[in-house]
Amino acid sequence: MLRCLFAVMMVLCTVTQAAAQDLQSILQTHAEEVASPSRNSVGTLLDELVASGLPQVPAFLEQWSDKNVWQRDDGLFFIGIEEDDVLALRDVDSGEDSTAAADGFTQLKPNGGVRRVIATAMVQFQLLDPDLTRRETAIASIARRPEAAQLAPLLASIEDETDAALRARKIQLANILTARFGETVEVRIAAIESLSADVSVEARAVLNQILSTREGADIEQPEGNLARLLNPLEAPDTYYAKLVDADLAPAPQSPDDIRRALEANIVEGRIGDIPLVQMDDPTLRIAAYAQLADAGVVPALITPALRDAALARHVFYDLYDEPDPQITTAAQTALSSVEARVGAAQVADLTLDALSLASIFFLAAIGLAITFGVMGVINMAHGEFIMMGAYTGYVVQLFIPSYTVSIFVALPLAFAVTFGAGVVMERLVISRLYHRPLETLLATFGISIALQQIAKNIFGTQARPLTSPDWLAGAWVVNDVIQISYIRIAIFVLALLFLGVILYILRRTRLGLEVRAVTQNPGMAASMGINPDRINMLTFGLGSGIAGIAGVAIGLYAKVTSEMGADYIVQSFMTVVVGGVGNVWGTLAGATMIGFGQKGIEWLNPSNTLAAQTYMILLVILFIQFRPKGIVALKGRAAGD
Amino acid sequence: MQSSFIARNPSVLWFLLALSAFTVLVSLLSEAGGSALISTSFLKTLGKTLCLCLVAIAMDVVWGYCGILSLGHFAFFGIGGYAIGMWLMYERTAEIVTTSLDSNILPPTPDEITDAIGSQIFGVVGSNDFPLIWAFSHSLTLQLLAVVLVPGLLALVFGWLAFRSRVTGVYLSILTQAMTLALSLHFFQNDTGLRGNNGLSGLQNIPGLEGVPQATVSLWFFWASAFALGAGYVLFSWVVSGKLGSVIRAIRDDETRVRFLGYHVESYKLFVFTLTAMVAGIAGALYYPQAGIINPAEIAPIASIYLAVWVAIGGRGRLYGAVIGAAVVSLMSSWFTGGSAPDINLGVYVIKWTDWWLVLLGLTFVAVTLFFPKGIGGLFDLLPRRKGDTK
Amino acid sequence: MSTLLEVSGVSVSFDGFKAINNLSIQIGEAELRAVIGPNGAGKTTFMDIVTGKTRPDEGYVIWGESSVNLLTMSESQIALAGIGRKFQRPTVFEAQTVRENIVMSLKNPRRPFDLLFGRQADDTEYRVRVVSDEIGLTDALDQTSGALSHGQKQWLEIGMLLAQDPRLLLVDEPAAGMSPAEREHTTDLLVRAAKTRAVVVVEHDMDFVRRLNCKVTVLHQGSVLAEGSLDHVTKNKDVVDVYLGR
Repeated sequence: MLRCLFAVMMVLCTVTQAAAQDLQSILQTHAEEVASPSRNSVGTLLDELVASGLPQVPAFLEQWSDKNVWQRDDGLFFIGIEEDDVLALRDVDSGEDSTAAADGFTQLKPNGGVRRVIATAMVQFQLLDPDLTRRETAIASIARRPEAAQLAPLLASIEDETDAALRARKIQLANILTARFGETVEVRIAAIESLSADVSVEARAVLNQILSTREGADIEQPEGNLARLLNPLEAPDTYYAKLVDADLAPAPQSPDDIRRALEANIVEGRIGDIPLVQMDDPTLRIAAYAQLADAGVVPALITPALRDAALARHVFYDLYDEPDPQITTAAQTALSSVEARVGAAQVADLTLDALSLASIFFLAAIGLAITFGVMGVINMAHGEFIMMGAYTGYVVQLFIPSYTVSIFVALPLAFAVTFGAGVVMERLVISRLYHRPLETLLATFGISIALQQIAKNIFGTQARPLTSPDWLAGAWVVNDVIQISYIRIAIFVLALLFLGVILYILRRTRLGLEVRAVTQNPGMAASMGINPDRINMLTFGLGSGIAGIAGVAIGLYAKVTSEMGADYIVQSFMTVVVGGVGNVWGTLAGATMIGFGQKGIEWLNPSNTLAAQTYMILLVILFIQFRPKGIVALKGRAAGD
Repeated sequence: MQSSFIARNPSVLWFLLALSAFTVLVSLLSEAGGSALISTSFLKTLGKTLCLCLVAIAMDVVWGYCGILSLGHFAFFGIGGYAIGMWLMYERTAEIVTTSLDSNILPPTPDEITDAIGSQIFGVVGSNDFPLIWAFSHSLTLQLLAVVLVPGLLALVFGWLAFRSRVTGVYLSILTQAMTLALSLHFFQNDTGLRGNNGLSGLQNIPGLEGVPQATVSLWFFWASAFALGAGYVLFSWVVSGKLGSVIRAIRDDETRVRFLGYHVESYKLFVFTLTAMVAGIAGALYYPQAGIINPAEIAPIASIYLAVWVAIGGRGRLYGAVIGAAVVSLMSSWFTGGSAPDINLGVYVIKWTDWWLVLLGLTFVAVTLFFPKGIGGLFDLLPRRKGDTK
Repeated sequence: MSTLLEVSGVSVSFDGFKAINNLSIQIGEAELRAVIGPNGAGKTTFMDIVTGKTRPDEGYVIWGESSVNLLTMSESQIALAGIGRKFQRPTVFEAQTVRENIVMSLKNPRRPFDLLFGRQADDTEYRVRVVSDEIGLTDALDQTSGALSHGQKQWLEIGMLLAQDPRLLLVDEPAAGMSPAEREHTTDLLVRAAKTRAVVVVEHDMDFVRRLNCKVTVLHQGSVLAEGSLDHVTKNKDVVDVYLGR
């Protein structure tokens, strides 16, 4: 680390020697400011340093900011690093190294505010730095805290910028700065207009800054760039409080104020001529206070009528901070156009969100659609199969450190584990309960309770991480509004893949044919040499195995807990029932409807996802009123009763 | 009519006898009874168990007799608890607030009292205004009505929608489960005005009974629960016997056939669903003052599933089976999960019952479903039958 | 003989398969009618439509003197209007006694509160006896109906229909799985019942139909192929083709 620093300094030193004027003398002129800088006054010093054009200035500023500048007792400044009471010193101009005891030196410690000012000053050097990352850092720091002074260096740096992406970014940023700090009205308006197609948070922030207003109240309409007049009767008490704040009206009395005033003026068990015991009546309290006010003991009561009269005497307004109405109008136009674009982008973003939620519901429900839909078997432990899949993924990651490899091991392994569990469960429990659906439901409840508790006993109650590989970590960012994480895209792709595979298995393979045969007429199927037991077992295993894979996918996106299955089971059944039992397309339709419905409700009431879930369930219950058999319904005898 | 009803249902008499004997015995052994062999907290547990038995027989009527596997009856139970809890909490807070406001120099105005109560109750959810649903919380009569009417109305509306569209069997179960989930999510929200996940607390302090020791109050509640269970048992025995019971059981066995006999099946289901929901509400209203606290987790779908588990283990289609199931399983649950059950040391692994009880319960339940569909109550069929008992 | 039930121009299809195709049948009061036809001819679907279980895509089903449209009524309303139905599989309530089964079917008020609070009519026992004597199950009144033999269950179900006192009885394959003696008994039951009400019997068994000695309607592919006496329809060339030709 230290060596690294020295290397940098050596480079700087060679440059320093060529300088004509020396830095130390400038520093000495402002010695007091350098030794104990203040945020408000350090600007003069910095301007002078920058104006000097000395090549050693950037390095010095950097060290100063990092608290590596020391002042010797004789007043000279050095760059120095302390180690065991010994200072490794370097001359600010010549770069000459020396060492000294730390006793005779005082370390300069500019405070945070000053360091920020220094950082701003340094930005203009960094903008031209040969190192790309340093230039990028500088741009980022401008974007964080745009200031008028940065505009000129930024504009100057655009021409020589070699990196195309950074150059575009610089132009964008220059636009934003120009919109706020441009020299002339025309330049600013042009910049503002160019922002009207930009949905980035930055652009919106700058437009809002230009349109920032302050509220005010006065007898007459004020001078200046008026944003709007306000109607005080919308919230009389709030506006009256503003009048009071502006010393334009006497303070109103809260019920507590009245109570305190009354309490302070009890004379022989009475207030005025009203006995104390009657003070539980609010109208008598007011009357008593009025008597006190008449006697001049307390200020007069501000009644609603008085309040409204005071409000009517005044004008309430919002005034733009920006004095030029041309600019605010342009910004207003630009902002509304931006907002329209943002609105459209939000719809697109919401659609992506809904799509990804729908894929999750689909993944969670598709295994169920097979066991419930095709076989008519209710498996309340389906959620626990999802959980088993997720825990399988977690365990695999304990043994295989590479996340990429572990995911590809976990997916088939989760399938195998839950396939096995499903087959065992089918053999031991479900096969004994065919044609007794309610009992199947109960027995699988029992299994679900037991599995959940076993998972809790093994893995504990806290959530376990299932980490996605790096290539799934980021998000696909279209702009500041539309973005979707890769993991959600992956889940979407997985859902499509599942849809394809299951449709293929059910429609194009021997297994699918036999499954459909057994579903429709087990007796006939058996007489044709199909073993219904085997088919049921395989189908159930398939449905369960898919739940396991879904578990890995859901685990990547959410946390792995012993209760994660229970969170999805009701939704999954809803998906299957809404979609229409016995049909893979139905499940897709159901998942889409519930996913989009839930996101839609969330959009109407963004603060409350719980409410969205509640209303979605109510909607589903109502939906079943109109289509008891679901979206994709089988008709007639095949539907059964 | 009544005498013939008892004659036709001798089990009612036996049950009432057993319940009375149990009540007397517990009363004598309780602290208030003098001997203190039963601690007040165990007395509360017993009282709560009686309430659970009551909701279990309601569940048995709707499921065991009418064939509707409702996964929502514990939600109705919880709503009953909330309804009475609102009054308890309001009235209790009002007493405390009035006492503290008495130290004010001026007598408080109604607004000051309401504000103070509001900030006491809703301070935890960052509000001190009374939500609309608390409009009647000052009135015991109205809240007692709500104990019965709110679950009843909810069951009526939901049942009407569900039965009308001929949702039956497992679909109905899933739909009721969804309803329960929606309800519990709704109660979890602060906006609902029931203090979100904090729930209602301090319900064991009965307003107006501050001077009475908890031991005595608990005994009173135990008696009330025993009376409610007895009354509920008689009510449901009456409903499920006779011609109505005949039709209800027929609906369970073959709903379509009953329809072709000219019965409006939906009305019957709705009647049973709503009546049992109301009784569940009453059971909840007796349970939660003994529990002291109610929160939305109590009405989560899993609670209703456990209710079904109790009834199944006790034995469906017979009321005493439901009572046995609820009593045995809930008492065992509290024994095992309370940590008083001895752990089993296998050398390599120590089975802690607090961890493994649910596993045992789940697997037992599977076994009961598979091998003993009649449950514990089925054991009574093995008793030698007396003459004339065959009916 | 006035028309009690008129089915006209009814069609229904399941997923493209036309189960009933422009079917028209008229049943008169106090008539015994046998409906025959090969598998899939639409016999059961015809009953489903009349009793309200299946809604047709088009056509009318008109009932009684006041010409009520049955298609707008629910199953239970249709049953209360006087149409009773016996299913192919005997569906009695096996967990309950024969008496309970019959009492449940007796023509009485049928709302929940009527049953809960209404007093049992004094003549209930008499009416139960009449039915049980008719079907020959008086000795078994207090038995669980699940313990009855297959034939007895069929009779009990017919008894339950009679207890409803319907004006039209729809009977689906009453003789299936019966011994010859039981069949004879069943035939007698139906013929007696048809003296006071209309009875429609769906049946496969030609001997059974012959013994009923009534007008026969032959269904094929969802519509009426032939109608008349059994001798008449068995001579019909189309009918012979349908039954023997394939």
